[in-house]
Amino acid sequence: MPAEGIGKRGYCTLEELKGTPGCPGDERLCRGAVAVIECLQEIPCNPCEEVCPHGAITVGEPITNLPVLAEDKCCGCGLCLAACPGLAIFLVDVTSGPGEAEVSFPFEFLPLPEAGDGVAAVNRNGDIVTAGTVLSVTNPQRNDRTPIVTISIPREFAMEVRGITIPHRGKGQR
Amino acid sequence: MEETDAAIIGAGPAGLAAAIEVARAGGRVVLIDENSRPGGQLFKQIHKFFGSRTHDAGVRGITIAHHLLEECDRFGVTTLLDTVAYGIFAGNGIGLAGGGRTWTLHARRIILAAGASEKALPFPGWTLPGVMGAGALQTMMNVHRVLPGRRILMIGSGNVGLIVSYQALQAGADVVAVVEAAPSIGGYGVHAAKIRRTGIPILTSHTVKRVLGDDHVEGAELVALDEGWHPIEGTERQVPADTICLSVGLTPLTELARMAGCRFTYVPALGGHVPLHNWDMQTSRDTLYVAGDIAGIEEASTALEEGRLAGMAAARSLGLLTEGDAASKKADIRKRLVSLREGPFGRLRRELKEPFMKGREITHAG
Repeated sequence: MPAEGIGKRGYCTLEELKGTPGCPGDERLCRGAVAVIECLQEIPCNPCEEVCPHGAITVGEPITNLPVLAEDKCCGCGLCLAACPGLAIFLVDVTSGPGEAEVSFPFEFLPLPEAGDGVAAVNRNGDIVTAGTVLSVTNPQRNDRTPIVTISIPREFAMEVRGITIPHRGKGQR
Repeated sequence: MEETDAAIIGAGPAGLAAAIEVARAGGRVVLIDENSRPGGQLFKQIHKFFGSRTHDAGVRGITIAHHLLEECDRFGVTTLLDTVAYGIFAGNGIGLAGGGRTWTLHARRIILAAGASEKALPFPGWTLPGVMGAGALQTMMNVHRVLPGRRILMIGSGNVGLIVSYQALQAGADVVAVVEAAPSIGGYGVHAAKIRRTGIPILTSHTVKRVLGDDHVEGAELVALDEGWHPIEGTERQVPADTICLSVGLTPLTELARMAGCRFTYVPALGGHVPLHNWDMQTSRDTLYVAGDIAGIEEASTALEEGRLAGMAAARSLGLLTEGDAASKKADIRKRLVSLREGPFGRLRRELKEPFMKGREITHAG
């Protein structure tokens, strides 16, 4: 029933993501900050469409359509990150500095990291893949308690890193 | 004799929405709930809802509950809390018990929105302290702010299992694993992805063989299942846990509909025995309506819309709405319900519900 790999693994691989209507192409990624919508199953949901001030995301009717990113309209403002109930939208900027990339993601756990913190960046499988530095943590009222964390990581991990470790995760097992 | 235009049993999303629609149309409404607080499961739903942005998608369940309660207040709904509706008798008399007394409330229309109860799963050790429903964990964490354990094992990967696992992690517990007997994850991929990127494994084609521990949960022995769902010998492994949560489905709470003599249908994928109802949410007893999980297990967003439909249909049958007014409002809601039941997850429910909802013939056959 659900898309093959996600239904088995619980996350999509980069290969599964590429070419989906919410994933920007490499050329757009190279032009600066852009939303990466990792929503690959037809579920009834459309807040991303409504929140985008530039009309860069289209769901349409029926609302189970996958969100379509108009990559040229996306200016990388990141408003969609906290609006997505599935926490499935990320902001990726591979132009932040030589060899660097910035990745922003929703992070609804306490304690929140702080700007300047060194963090362990994880991929979609929760594996630590590289070290990162927190650049900002924002949580304006419109986010309705979904803070957005932006970290800096080596550029080659821009499309792999989707979060950071959660301090108490795995502690119980030791 | 106490009497009212409409009595609504259950103050969850379906019951609240139904109460609002009857009261908005000018009807006298009594809303009954056995809990000390209205809102049903909504106050446990601290996550943002899916759905259409024009109808509360992206809003947390707790916020939706506050909005609904404000509307109930605004339209003058009478709410009886800590009150059990124990029976439905001749002439639409509802037997009520609460505050040390029992009495009968007569209602011209009754809307049953009693919700559902969690299914259990028996395995050696399942009665030990520390084994509980996922809903129980969610109530303790999100309503009472008590964390019953530190290392949680979740059985079942439907949306409830995935969401409660995420919320347990938010509450400061660790989740050892999510165990799923089916070969694929039951809930939405985005819910699964949220917990997978924290490193929580989801073990498909696995089940719990037994609980470890003599007088409380100390862990569990898991085993892999083959294609025929039989345990594969030699694949047993032990995981540490102090809490085992069961999220293996829900059963509609249909006792009152049974007692009232409603006709039923049996649809396993909707949770089992479900009162037959039409697109007005009317049962085979034409003054009795159903909405929400009692009408087939779905979600809060569909329960809300079903409650609105039932409330509008009841209001129309009481002469509180004109036929034209009711028809256009109900058409909008039906359209939303159809769209909420699109896609690979909702389509099955739509395909199962629509055939028996289509005809009006059931309404007078009971």
